[in-house]
Amino acid sequence: MTSTVFAPWEDAEAKPLIHFQNVTKRFGDFVAIDDLTIDIYEREFYALLGPSGCGKTTLMRMLAGFETPTEGTIHLAGQDIAPVPPNKRAVNMMFQSYALFPHLSVWDNIAFGLKRQNMPKHNITERVEEMLRLTRLEKFARRKPHQISGGQRQRVALARSLAKAPKLLLLDEPLGALDKKLRQETQFELMDIQEKTGTTFVIVTHDQEEAMTVASRVAVMDHGKIIQVATPDRIYETPNSVYVADFIGDVNIIEGTASANGEDQYAVTWSEGQAPLNATSTTTFAEGQKCHLAIRPEKVTINADKPEGVDNLVQGKILDIAYLGNISTYYVELPSGTVIKAQTANTRRIARRSFTWEDTVWLSWTATAGVLLAE
Amino acid sequence: MNRLSWFNVVSLTLGFAFLYIPMVILIIYSFNESKLVTVWAGFSTKWYGELLQNEAYLNAAWVTLKVAVFSSTIATVLGTMGAYVMVRGGRFFGRTLFSGMIYAPLVMPEVITGLSLLLLFIGIGLDRGVLTIVLAHTTFSMCYVSVVVSSRLVTFDRSLEEAALDLGCSPAEAFRLVTLPIIAPAVISGWLLAFTLSLDDLVIASFTSGPSATTLPIKIFSAVRLGVSPEINALSTLMIAIVTVGVISASLVSKRQAVRQQRETREAERTA
Repeated sequence: MTSTVFAPWEDAEAKPLIHFQNVTKRFGDFVAIDDLTIDIYEREFYALLGPSGCGKTTLMRMLAGFETPTEGTIHLAGQDIAPVPPNKRAVNMMFQSYALFPHLSVWDNIAFGLKRQNMPKHNITERVEEMLRLTRLEKFARRKPHQISGGQRQRVALARSLAKAPKLLLLDEPLGALDKKLRQETQFELMDIQEKTGTTFVIVTHDQEEAMTVASRVAVMDHGKIIQVATPDRIYETPNSVYVADFIGDVNIIEGTASANGEDQYAVTWSEGQAPLNATSTTTFAEGQKCHLAIRPEKVTINADKPEGVDNLVQGKILDIAYLGNISTYYVELPSGTVIKAQTANTRRIARRSFTWEDTVWLSWTATAGVLLAE
Repeated sequence: MNRLSWFNVVSLTLGFAFLYIPMVILIIYSFNESKLVTVWAGFSTKWYGELLQNEAYLNAAWVTLKVAVFSSTIATVLGTMGAYVMVRGGRFFGRTLFSGMIYAPLVMPEVITGLSLLLLFIGIGLDRGVLTIVLAHTTFSMCYVSVVVSSRLVTFDRSLEEAALDLGCSPAEAFRLVTLPIIAPAVISGWLLAFTLSLDDLVIASFTSGPSATTLPIKIFSAVRLGVSPEINALSTLMIAIVTVGVISASLVSKRQAVRQQRETREAERTA
C-alpha cells in the first residue's frame, strides 16, 4: 500500500472548501481583517495562529456567520455565504467558553442541533449515542453541565458541534481552559476525531505548540493580515519573515548585510572585526542588502574546544544557563555584545557537564542551518 | 452554640415588637365580639362570616386580583422585551436616553403618575374601570420588571445565544429555547414584584378607577375614613394569612430545589 501525502494545497486542480477573496473587516476605524485572501481545503486541520487582537477570532466569526465582511467575499463549497444567516450554514462552532446550555443535560445538549432540523426521533437517539461513544461520555449522558469536570465539558461541546456532521467545524481556543497535561491528551483526541469524521477543522489558537501539534497547515496572522501559511515543519524550518521566525519557537536573529558568494551562497557581514557568516538562501539578495540571519538555538553547537572545519564559528562567554531538565539553553555573549542562544539535549548527567557560567566557549553552525530573511 | 447575651435578647425583642405588634393587635381584634374596635368583648368569628356576606368587599377583592394578574403579566412581557433590547440591542441612536427613561418612572412620585394617566384617559375618552387600572399598573410596574430582568441579562453569556443560532435556531427559537429558560427565575421574580406592587397600590388606582371598579385598597381606605370596622380587621387578617402562606411556600420550594441540586452535584462527584 502506498500512502499519499495529504497536501491538496499543492494540487492546482483541487477546489478549496473555503475561499476568502480580498476580505476586509472594519469595526469603526479599526481594521480587524485587512484584504485577506486564503484557501482552506476539505479534510484540512487549519490553524489560525497569532497574538490576541490579530483578527483570528474575527476571521472565524465571519465563517460562523456572526460577523459579515465589510468588503470581499467568502465562498463555502462554491457558494457565497455572506447572505446566509448562522442557523442556515453547514458550519458549526465550538466556543471558547464551551457555551453549554446549563438547563439541559449532556444528552439534550448534544441533541439540540439535531432536533432543530426535524430529524426522526430514533435517528436523533442513534446519532447522539454515536457522539457519546466517540467522545467517551456514555456514563455522563444524564448529567447537567455543572455536574461534570472541565475536560468532560470540553468533550460535550465538541460532541454537540460535531453532531450535525457539519462541512466545517470551527474551534475557538478549544483547549484554553484545560491544564497542560489534559490539553496534550485532548490535542491527540481532536486529531483522532478529525481523522475519523473527515470533517474540515479550523482552529483558532495563540498557543504555537498546539497549532504545530494538530494542524495540517498553520496560518500565522498579525494585524489582520496572514503573514505565512505553510505546514508546521515549513513554518518552523523556513519562516518567510523575522515575525514568523520569532513567533514560532525560539530563534537567534543576527542582522547584517548580504553579499553573494557562489550559487545560493551568501556571506553576511554582521560585526566589525568578525569573519562574515556563511548562509545559503534560495531567495536572492542584492549586493549589500540588509538581511537577518535566523538560526534556531538547537542548530547551534556549543564546544569548549575550537572545532575544525565548520562553516560558521564564533567565540563567546557563557552568560546564563537555563536548565529545563531534558534540555539546557546556554546564553552566550559574544565580544560585540550580541547574545546567542545554543540549545543541547542533556543526554548526560548534569554533574558531567563540561562548561559552566563565565566559561569561554565556541559556537558553530552549518551554512544551511539558518534562514536568511529580508525583513 | 453561643448563648444569647441579655443585650441580644433585648434588641431582638424590641426589633420584632416594633415590626409585629401592630399586626398582632389587628389579628386579635379581628376575633373581637364587640362592634367597637377598641373594646374587647370576647372571642368570636362572626366578622369573618359577615365579611363573606359583604358583596362590596368580595367584588373589590376580585377586581384587585384580576387587575394584579393581568397587569403583572403584561408588564412582565413588555418589561422583559424592553430589558432585552436595552442589554442586547447594541449601540443605537439615543440608547442612553432610552435606558434612562426606563428607570425614570421608578423615582417619579405616584401622585404625578396617577394624575398624568387620569388626564390621558379623560383625553382619549376611555371610561375608567378595570381596563384603565390594568393599563396604569402595567405602566408603572413594567419598569420594575425591566430592572430585574436586565440585571440578569447583563451577566448572561452571549455565546449561549450564538451557540443556539449556530446549531440551527432562528433568533426567536434561540430566545425561547435558551435565553428564556435561563433567565426564567428573574422573569418570575419580576412578575411577583409587579403582582405585589399592583395588589397594594392605592394612589394610582384611586386616580384611574371608576365607579364600576374599585380595588380592595381603595375600598379599605374609604371605609376606614368612616371609622374602623371589625370587618376590615377580619379582611386584613385574611390578607396577612394569604401573604404569609405565599412567602413560606415560595421559600420552601426554593429550599427544596437547592437541596436537590446539591445532592445531584454530590452524586456526580462521587461517580466521576
